[in-house]
Amino acid sequence: MRTMLVKLAGVTAALFAAGSIHAQQTVKIGLILPYSGQFADTATQLENSIKLYLKQHGDTVAGKKIEFVRKDTGGIAPPVAKRLAQELVVRDKVDILAGLILTPNALAVADISTEAKKFTVIFAATSIITTKSPYMTRTSVTIPQLQESLGKWAATTGKLKKVYTMVTDYGPGHDAEGAFHRGFKEAGGEIIGSVRMPIANPDFSAFVQRAKDLNPEAMLVWTPGGTQPAAVGKALFERGIQAKQLLGQEVLTDDNALRSMGDAALGIVTVANYDYNLNSPMNRAYVKAYNEAYGGRNPDLFSIAGWDQIHLIFEVLKKTGGKTDGDSLIAAAKGMKWQSPRGPMVIDPETRDVIQTVYLRRVEKVGGKLVNVEFDKIENVKDPVKARMK
Amino acid sequence: MASAAAPHAYLQQQARWHWVEIVFWLSTLLPFVLFPQYLQLASQIAITALFALSLDLILGYAGVVSLGHAAFFGLGAYTAGILSKFYWGEPLSLLVAGALVAGLVGYATSWIIAYFRHLALIMITLGLGLLLYEAANSASWLTGGADGLQGVRIRPLLDYFNFDLYGRTAYTYSLIVLFLAFLVTRRIIHSPFGLSLRGIRENPVRMPAIGAPSRAHIRKIYTIAAVMAGIAGALIAETTETVSLETLSFQRSADVLVILILGGAGRLYGGIVGAIIYMVARDQFSGVNPQFWYFWIGLLLVAVVMFLPNGILGGLARFTESWRRRSR
Repeated sequence: MRTMLVKLAGVTAALFAAGSIHAQQTVKIGLILPYSGQFADTATQLENSIKLYLKQHGDTVAGKKIEFVRKDTGGIAPPVAKRLAQELVVRDKVDILAGLILTPNALAVADISTEAKKFTVIFAATSIITTKSPYMTRTSVTIPQLQESLGKWAATTGKLKKVYTMVTDYGPGHDAEGAFHRGFKEAGGEIIGSVRMPIANPDFSAFVQRAKDLNPEAMLVWTPGGTQPAAVGKALFERGIQAKQLLGQEVLTDDNALRSMGDAALGIVTVANYDYNLNSPMNRAYVKAYNEAYGGRNPDLFSIAGWDQIHLIFEVLKKTGGKTDGDSLIAAAKGMKWQSPRGPMVIDPETRDVIQTVYLRRVEKVGGKLVNVEFDKIENVKDPVKARMK
Repeated sequence: MASAAAPHAYLQQQARWHWVEIVFWLSTLLPFVLFPQYLQLASQIAITALFALSLDLILGYAGVVSLGHAAFFGLGAYTAGILSKFYWGEPLSLLVAGALVAGLVGYATSWIIAYFRHLALIMITLGLGLLLYEAANSASWLTGGADGLQGVRIRPLLDYFNFDLYGRTAYTYSLIVLFLAFLVTRRIIHSPFGLSLRGIRENPVRMPAIGAPSRAHIRKIYTIAAVMAGIAGALIAETTETVSLETLSFQRSADVLVILILGGAGRLYGGIVGAIIYMVARDQFSGVNPQFWYFWIGLLLVAVVMFLPNGILGGLARFTESWRRRSR
């Protein structure tokens, strides 16, 4: 018995020792995502990419093992997100915060990022979030980045003069409306009318009719993803609006929407920072690996942002030689350049926001299947809101 | 139980502090020593408990079913948040302001509430809650809309205690407010007014006949509950420095109802015990399994409702009762 106790003590001591060495060699990343609730699928897509990246690149960087602590916000819940971030910092002792798809949650976490000086990589697409913490950066996209580009393109290359806009009546929709109007008007276009539609179960037909009565050359249609793009498409086509009169953002013509719109969708022009059809060797390899790992599912804008979140974290850790304090990491991130499946990426050294290529795509039939085909692109697009803040 | 002839003696006996209660309140200090890393969670539990306590006043004691109680929580939160953004960030006065606004709206709506019962009440409270939610959503110039209110800045408590990262101040503050609100609730419940509330719950038609005006009483208790919910809302705004539409959401109204039923409605400690169990279970389940933890929560709720129809405290009371009888 006695010897057994001694042995046990020895084993325990060894374990503790191993544990402490182990602890020194890890980098802990706190992932705050809506794993449950209506945004759960976006969290899955983002995390799938992170898993895939680790599978391809290993889980060790700069001699340290990457470890994740995952926390569920259950949807839009800033007090919960803030508490989870606090717990990640004080309880789990994470070095880096990441994930953060929803704007209100990301804004709440910004306080913690500042106070605890933690390097934080977010997804949420509202422009101002990254100004709330000096340790925050973003690898996704901002809505103005896309919509101002689209507005500018519509008035110049698109040769459109009179455009009507329909957006959903909530924060991101307002952002889209404002940015498109600005880009379009500055390039000489005229907005002949605009409407904001309710977010919950809207009946689109009345809005479409009103727009049609004004006889615009083209219409910008902006709704959140999910079931709404298909519904708005149906209402538009029923009232005789031509697809080539429609402008939108990527979700308007995602796979689900195209499946339900059918051939009527041929010719819709949308703006995006990523599409799985993007024709580059790097993207083809990425999509292939993603398809294989996740049962044929295609990566989307959440996946690509997740990929670049973890890639950025790997690269800054390499640059700091494994140092994990917020100041070193954010300094390393500023001006970081890399090649992503979506194209060249830069972290703006001044604003810590993402600079990337914005693509214009048109719905076309390729091999009997409706896809978004890239026909124009604008390189090195900065977030226009922050460019004006200076 | 005292004889029916001595209601005062009955109330006095009920109002006496039981040793279990004293142990319970002393043990709320344990997190400072045992789980210093969980204080942030503890403070949110205390706030949720306060919110559940306020629902217990109307639901558990007066029988007023509400599916829109978050309206008052949200009003308190937004009042505190908006005032701190535009005027001042002193926490105690913000607490009072949140309580006042929620109380005023509570008083105004209580005139409607007092005329209805049961299903109609569920619909009305649900409707009022949704109205307020949509109003806050569309008034985005004031509330920040779907993005949440930006620029909430709270001064240190008493201009000395910072709301720190570990949540020490947050928990101490929330716990003190909860305890004070609890003392008030306890006093109300053990007063003749509280007794007549229970009478109204059992038979609202008969109470006026014995000299207790049902509607006036319901208006009073509904306003008091609104004030307490407003305080809880202001507390969450202050301790997290965030206010969003979620504070007004149906989800929050439903959660607090579940918490109360879990703990035991119509019992002083029902909301508090429910909040502790629900929030700790959530924290633990979602830590282990971030994707599917709702399954375990659902299982817990079904089990509690099946085996302990009067909530955890109801079940405990039944258990101790039968144990006492057997040991006698």
